[in-house]
Amino acid sequence: MGEAAHRYDGTLPLEYRTQESRLNILGFWIFLGAEVALFATLFATYLVLFQRTGSGPTAGELFEVKDVLIETLLLLTSSFTCGLAIFEMRRGRLAGLLAWLLVTLLLGAGFITFEIREFIHYVHEGATMQTSAFLSSFFVLVGTHGAHVSLGIGWMILIIIQLLQRGFTPKTARKVFIVSLYWHFLDVVWIFIFTLVYLLGMVI
Amino acid sequence: MGANDHHESFPWKHIIGFLLSLVLTFAALWAALSSGLPLKTVIVIIVVFAVIQASLQLFMFMHVTESDSGRIQTFNMAYSFFIAVVVVAGSIWVMQFVL
Repeated sequence: MGEAAHRYDGTLPLEYRTQESRLNILGFWIFLGAEVALFATLFATYLVLFQRTGSGPTAGELFEVKDVLIETLLLLTSSFTCGLAIFEMRRGRLAGLLAWLLVTLLLGAGFITFEIREFIHYVHEGATMQTSAFLSSFFVLVGTHGAHVSLGIGWMILIIIQLLQRGFTPKTARKVFIVSLYWHFLDVVWIFIFTLVYLLGMVI
Repeated sequence: MGANDHHESFPWKHIIGFLLSLVLTFAALWAALSSGLPLKTVIVIIVVFAVIQASLQLFMFMHVTESDSGRIQTFNMAYSFFIAVVVVAGSIWVMQFVL
């Protein structure tokens, strides 16, 4: 702490200015650690069961490269634009921050739209949650991630409203920073879904 | 330290991270679908690419090492990934004797 004390004269980003904010951010990192453990259990379940397809379709029959790639690129780009939003915030540019958050939101909404369409498509092909152990664990894992993205969209909308009302304060900056950590984390999880669910499913 | 990022005028870190992520995504896609390599090699390659890409997110976008608690944050995430590997690899290993 001593080494850092002299940096609290305004050179430290707004979201780190108060002790409460610093603890909130640290606490959120610890929460993300718990989220990693949560998703690990879902990945473990899926990877144990994904070849138990019963009379239903296999992963290779079901997945379409194009759809998966579109979802992946939408979410990856949204994570990038979310990073740019924080970059603008640290330059003190509210308009830039709001613009990039809005782009992030639109890309996130695009991702969710494609994912819902993908799920509906599967159900129409007779691949429902009840069809096989593979599909139960698939829908639980990918659906939990989708639920997280949906929550993130709602959360980010509320943060944008608060930014419009209050502008930059140590509190709003901290809230923007925390929602950005959450959003990047969703892409981290998706990288593993892309790799261990879709790529592995199409190759085995 | 990453906390001083706001002095930069152009988001180089983000753009490099994004481009590398794109390259890794398409490289993994190629390795899985068109490389013709043996299955085990493909799995190793795509998992390694995923781990690298996740690290890019953590270090280039999330600045996990920044702030006074940077070391705690980094250790916390490293530990959670250790737990994830134990849960996932352990489950696959133990269940292959059952299923």
